[in-house]
Amino acid sequence: MKIERITIIVNGAPRETEAATLAGLLDELRAREGLSIEAVATAVNGVFAPAAARASTPLKERDAVEILSPRQGG
Amino acid sequence: MDGLLQPETDAAPDTASADPLTLYGRAMASRLLLGTARYPSPHILSDAIAASGAAIVTVSLRREAIGLRREAEGDGAGFWDIVKNSGAALLPNTAGCRTAREAVTTAQMARELFGTSWVKLEVIGGEDTLHPDVFGLVDAARTLTSEGFEVFPYTTDDLSVAERLLAAGCEVLMPWGAPIGTGRGLADPYALRMMRAAFPEIPLIVDAGLGRPSHAAEAMELGLDAALLNTAVALAGDPVEMARAFAGAVEAGRRAWRADPMEPRDMAAPSTPIDGLAQFNEPGAVGPSAPR
Repeated sequence: MKIERITIIVNGAPRETEAATLAGLLDELRAREGLSIEAVATAVNGVFAPAAARASTPLKERDAVEILSPRQGG
Repeated sequence: MDGLLQPETDAAPDTASADPLTLYGRAMASRLLLGTARYPSPHILSDAIAASGAAIVTVSLRREAIGLRREAEGDGAGFWDIVKNSGAALLPNTAGCRTAREAVTTAQMARELFGTSWVKLEVIGGEDTLHPDVFGLVDAARTLTSEGFEVFPYTTDDLSVAERLLAAGCEVLMPWGAPIGTGRGLADPYALRMMRAAFPEIPLIVDAGLGRPSHAAEAMELGLDAALLNTAVALAGDPVEMARAFAGAVEAGRRAWRADPMEPRDMAAPSTPIDGLAQFNEPGAVGPSAPR
């Protein structure tokens, strides 16, 4: 079976992925990049993607994904 | 030493405990809100939060660095542990957002991540001035309150904007003292005094531009309810000691406001009574030497 690869933008940088959903992308990043998915919030194309909706959020070519974590702020 | 004229030790009542700050129904033990950015180290941040006594700390959301394991200062995970363990309530901000849409999305992400409906709403109008885009601010505030957020809008001291924000559902206003990070103090105390008079029942938190504890005390003396600051503590030579200094200043200013300060006057007025003033005339001199 041929695995489909798409190129998306993750936090501003292009990235090839086999993930079909946002949840799949986070799993991939956790496995390959050591991402801790417990402390992140996500958005796709400028729209908030709640944690509960990640598995049902499809990804397509050129989607822009933001993965944010807690940081210092004023 | 014991003296005949030693005053009775009647301790002043603790006005702080009898004077809670209530924000969206939550009573806060401190009127100082502290930002968490730009500290020399996580350890100093942690100590500064403790020294300030702040009941609320501001936090932010930034891009997770994919593929980079950040161990140094600024590491999100280490920082997150510090603020979680500080015991302070979290106030996530939307710093850096340039449009209402960006701010709304950021607020939605922050609510999930930090588990709070509180948001310090910033919609920024320009890079150099970091002034609030008050039009975007009102739009974003309206959207967020309709979604159940409790919005703390970073705004100017403009009264019409304040009215719009209240009409949009905000129950707290955060007027600037001066632009973010400038440390200039209150650029327009008169405008803040007008704001206090116009909205006597609305919690007003001066946000941004404070550089020294005296600036915070001035804001509190003119009746603002709390002060939010960050850079003034974080970039001080000794942030922990400066946090302590601001805590004292905020409390002193609040006590002064409640104590109803005297009005200034132009001409001198003796504080020591005139009645009973001794007269030490030279022998043979005519007339009193008492002041006229």
